[in-house]
Amino acid sequence: MELRLAGLHHRYDEVEVLRGIDLTIPAGRIVCIVGPSGCGKSTLLRLIGGLERPSEGVVLQIGDTPTASLNPLTYIFQDFALLPWRTVEGNVRLGLEDHALGQDETERIVADVLARTKLSEFRTALPRQLSGGMKQRVAIARALAVSPAFLLMDEPLSALDAQTRELLMDDLIELWERERFSAVYVTHNLAEAVRLGHKVVVLSRRPGVIREVVEIDIALAERATHGPELEAHQSRLWQSMRDEAQAAEMELVDG
Amino acid sequence: MTSGSPNPVPFRGGGFKPKPIGMVGPIVFVAVVALWEVGSRTGFIPALVLPAPSEVFEALRNLVETGLLWKHLGASLQRLILGWTIGTLLGVAVGFSIGLFSLARAGLGPMVAAIFPIPKIALLPLFVIWFGIDEGSKVATILFGTFFPTVVATYGGIDNVDRNLIRMGQSFGLTWLSIVRKIILPGALPAILTGFRISTAIAIVLLVAAEMIAAEFGVGAYILLAGSLMATDELVAGVAILSVIGLTVSWLIGRAERFLLRWRT
Ligand SMILES: Nc1ncnc2c1ncn2[C@@H]1O[C@H](COP(=O)(O)OP(=O)(O)OP(=O)(O)O)[C@@H](O)[C@H]1O
Ligand SMILES: [Mg+2]
Repeated sequence: MELRLAGLHHRYDEVEVLRGIDLTIPAGRIVCIVGPSGCGKSTLLRLIGGLERPSEGVVLQIGDTPTASLNPLTYIFQDFALLPWRTVEGNVRLGLEDHALGQDETERIVADVLARTKLSEFRTALPRQLSGGMKQRVAIARALAVSPAFLLMDEPLSALDAQTRELLMDDLIELWERERFSAVYVTHNLAEAVRLGHKVVVLSRRPGVIREVVEIDIALAERATHGPELEAHQSRLWQSMRDEAQAAEMELVDG
Repeated sequence: MTSGSPNPVPFRGGGFKPKPIGMVGPIVFVAVVALWEVGSRTGFIPALVLPAPSEVFEALRNLVETGLLWKHLGASLQRLILGWTIGTLLGVAVGFSIGLFSLARAGLGPMVAAIFPIPKIALLPLFVIWFGIDEGSKVATILFGTFFPTVVATYGGIDNVDRNLIRMGQSFGLTWLSIVRKIILPGALPAILTGFRISTAIAIVLLVAAEMIAAEFGVGAYILLAGSLMATDELVAGVAILSVIGLTVSWLIGRAERFLLRWRT
């Protein structure tokens, strides 16, 4: 299954947020979306996952959704969005409960994703007992539990400290190598974008239009050893974003 | 500060965090009662103004021995529990509909806002006409008094549920009912329980007021009768019973909070 965004426009009242977005998100790839703050990245992600209706244009699913997928388009949020009154296990279970899977099957899935995210020991812990990185791992486990066809991630690492971010990025890469999931990954961190993205989409400042799409043809697992090439990509991306980011910054100051 | 011996940095933190100290509360209580007793015995506090604690205690024992305590307390608790429970159930239900449905909010919101500030005791005469002088009017007063703060607390709690959590629920394709049950209800529960603290306090006030206006039995009636006979020992005994009722209720709510909100820090 792949996703095609065709002629997406979005506005909030008078404010035009996105303009003329055409983009194909292929199966089994990670597409990173970068852009200055307030350019509509989060809005775009909400449109892709059907949490909001575009003012114009459509988001199309092309090809069949995998039958095993309980929730084809699944989000991972910046603020984790864990239910504080549920344990790790309860949070992971949440997405399964409305599917009448039966107890054994649910238990099997929960145990499996907790093992895959190395959370088995923390099954009965409450969110308030966990560090930020652990919370995001729980959110990842919760997302994996519903076997998504697409993961939609909105700055999933930006609430975390730099070390935790590195660790989780490695986890994500390892996970991708194993599962080959498709993902849209919104970030304002260019280093993350060139580490994780097969394709990096640069948005302009508001109203967001696609300024540039950069393909990075290095296998994710090998990127750690391709420092200079990634550097080059990163600085090129920065060149194309720099003026926009500066202008966007001024806009915010002016209100 | 180029020379001189090294000084430790003066400590400037700490404070602003009252800690529980075990026995201080009971000691203060006992000391006040003891002082009061001494004051009464020495005649410093005239018996007509305030009875000695020992006399109050005597009046309480008398109440127990004659079995009147259970009659008064039973009548009061029955009204309180009935009125508060029904008022709370209705209040939570209406609060949820205002919190969840635009039509209910538009229709009932202004109504609630208009009736909420009326001291419900002012409606008692009306309730007497509607529901009779007996139990009906008293229960209705308490019910009304409980209902409105519960409505306001409930929909306030729902309004304050983290929208990101609701969006998360939607993004996992949860049903509407699941979102209400698993996200909105637990999210609003702290506010609802805080509402219970307010509504029980109001319920006790209304109970006593209603019983003072017309009742044969009940703690309020007992206090009123004692007052009109200048039996200050019985009067203070009745007030002590009210204090115990209030403390018990707030202890129960505290337990419920600790159990239901144990996920909080
Ligand atoms: N629900 C809304 N109603 C009105 N305006 C909104 C709403 N959501 C977002 N906006 C506006 O739309 C613009 C784009 O917001 P969005 O959150 O998509 O940007 P972003 O690129 O994700 O920014 P950031 O980098 O800060 O996360 C902003 O100017 C924001 O103020
Ligand atoms: Mg954003």
